[in-house]
Amino acid sequence: MNKKTKTPLFHVAKRAALPWYKAWAIRGAALLLALVLCGVITSLVTGEDPIAVYGAIWKGSFGTPRKFWVLLQNIAMLLCVSLAVTPAFRMRCWNLGAEGQALIGGLACAACMILLPGKLPNWAIILCMIVASLLAGAVWAGIPAFFKARYNTNETLFTLMMNYVATQLVAFFCVVWESPKGSGTIGIINPNTQLGWLPQFPSQKYLLNVLIVAVLCVLVYIYLNYSKHGYEIAVVGESERTARYVGIKVEKVIIRTMLLSGAICGLAGLLLVGSTNHTLTPTIVDGRGFTAVMVSWLAKFNPIWMILTSFLLVFLGRGAGEIATKFGLNRSFGDILTGVILFCIIGSEFFINYEIKFTRGAGKED
Amino acid sequence: MFDFVSFIPRAVVQGIPLLLGSTGETITEKSGNLNLGIPGIMYVGGICGVIGSFYYEAGKSAQEMNTALTILIPLSCCLLGSFLMGLLYCFLTVTLRANQNVTGLALTTFGVGFGNFFGGSLIKLSGSSLPSIIMTNTSNVFRRTLPFADKTGVFGKLFLNYGFLAYAAVAIALAASYVLNHTRTGLHLRAVGESPTTADAAGINVTRYKYVATCLGAMIAGLGGLYYVMDYACGVWTNDAFGDRGWLAIALVIFTIWRPNVGVLASFLFGGLYILHMYIPSGMNLAVKELYKMAPYVVTIIVLVITSMRNKRENQPPASLGLPYFREER
Repeated sequence: MNKKTKTPLFHVAKRAALPWYKAWAIRGAALLLALVLCGVITSLVTGEDPIAVYGAIWKGSFGTPRKFWVLLQNIAMLLCVSLAVTPAFRMRCWNLGAEGQALIGGLACAACMILLPGKLPNWAIILCMIVASLLAGAVWAGIPAFFKARYNTNETLFTLMMNYVATQLVAFFCVVWESPKGSGTIGIINPNTQLGWLPQFPSQKYLLNVLIVAVLCVLVYIYLNYSKHGYEIAVVGESERTARYVGIKVEKVIIRTMLLSGAICGLAGLLLVGSTNHTLTPTIVDGRGFTAVMVSWLAKFNPIWMILTSFLLVFLGRGAGEIATKFGLNRSFGDILTGVILFCIIGSEFFINYEIKFTRGAGKED
Repeated sequence: MFDFVSFIPRAVVQGIPLLLGSTGETITEKSGNLNLGIPGIMYVGGICGVIGSFYYEAGKSAQEMNTALTILIPLSCCLLGSFLMGLLYCFLTVTLRANQNVTGLALTTFGVGFGNFFGGSLIKLSGSSLPSIIMTNTSNVFRRTLPFADKTGVFGKLFLNYGFLAYAAVAIALAASYVLNHTRTGLHLRAVGESPTTADAAGINVTRYKYVATCLGAMIAGLGGLYYVMDYACGVWTNDAFGDRGWLAIALVIFTIWRPNVGVLASFLFGGLYILHMYIPSGMNLAVKELYKMAPYVVTIIVLVITSMRNKRENQPPASLGLPYFREER
């Protein structure tokens, strides 16, 4: 019944599910294209041989054992935040507030480390830190969730704004607890007594974080794929009306999932403050809350694939940092490369979900 | 005594980038695109203008510079840069139907990186001998105020004391408001944002409206970045100096409930809230100042909650905001 006289050259149709290896082949091709583009851009800017550029990227992550451990630590932290936002994303609830939720978790942790020594033994302080961080993160995510469930307030914008409230709150406490006086920063907390520092493996400073996040990754995977809660999340995400029809309490699922999401963010804050940095600054989360959105989305909200995507982003970020140092460029060069890669991969998703059918001549295709 | 005469002009100057950003974002959102790349686009707009005028101003004295070119070169560079960013966003989200939140955040990462990279490396890349990126001459042209500003006392200080981009920002906002609410184009645009399916059935070219609105929005937002560098910062580019103003512009869109004409006053209010901490006498307690900086965001959250609680139809975000449109999926 096509009444148009002009036949378009091609049209776009939704694909049936693509076998996973083809989907990943497309993504791989996009990644390859992105890497070539990055190499070309870097060569143009620095005038260096592209091979040397790739070499520098590689060295940034695997050059020395220390760099390798920093890579692992960064992957762990990014993965932790990504795992946190994933349950909410599966529900199509865009929690862009991971940054703030992790910050508040870190703030709660720092509060325990600063205020409790002298009143409680070390194990009790650590216990308080864990409880307080998880709780703080959960509350910070719970506020937008409550309004989303009750009044259908736009959660994307609400959680986004909560980030900055959290940042200013942390900035406030940084001045309140400043040490030394007048510096406006907190500095290392309890440097001598090491009270409230999470235990460390003697050989490896970062091993604890990596292990915790690895376990968490498996747990989130099981929770999302093999539990009743995970199923409810999936149904609410696919169709809220269906969920209501089959008797799922959508409001409850939204609030519960966001609380979980916030609590895991709080855990990320705990690990950052209590285990890695032992201090608190307003920028301690370092944009991971936003990068996590992309990590989670690139992996199709699958916790296991997220290990790969977070590795990719951290690897490139550190590689670009290495390029910047080596060729005397500004460190923000890494953000440009990350952007280029993201655009390529985001664009490639189209070819996975849709196919382009060329119309041959004026005849009917297929 | 609170010094209003010095406070208000500073609030206005702070508010203008926000106004441009939020006008651009409002137009974009009215087409159903939630462009979270606005902070990045404002950075790109700023740095592109800087690059343009940097090459034009290099090695020239103030007398050698043609006033028209001094304005046109940064202006067109800025518009081109932000247009390309808007085009990229549109291509990914409209043509390739990618997720808008992810694309927007990627655009912000890219844009902020782009701005800071060229801001940090422009001198090295161009091989010039200048110590830092300062475009005093260009800035002086951008900051030129209306002729009677000095002579009319308080009135001049409050109303005439701004560069031409500030007046342009107000004019753009009012024009955008008129077009959105009183013309057929505006009606079509709102239809696309509310229900693309209906708009498509009515014969409106959804893709074209989304493209034009988003690219135009990006260009307007990019001007905000240019205004910030050339006027507010006196032509000095400092990395990360623009800060979180891009997000504040997005907050302002919500605060004004998607109305650019309300945005004119609201942006000045936000600008005031942004610098309120410098005017509040808090004695030696620096910590409290940090809490004042929270004010714009808290106010936005309250507005967001209240509008959703009252649930009035005319105060809601565009219904298809953030959703891609695919004809075969209805």
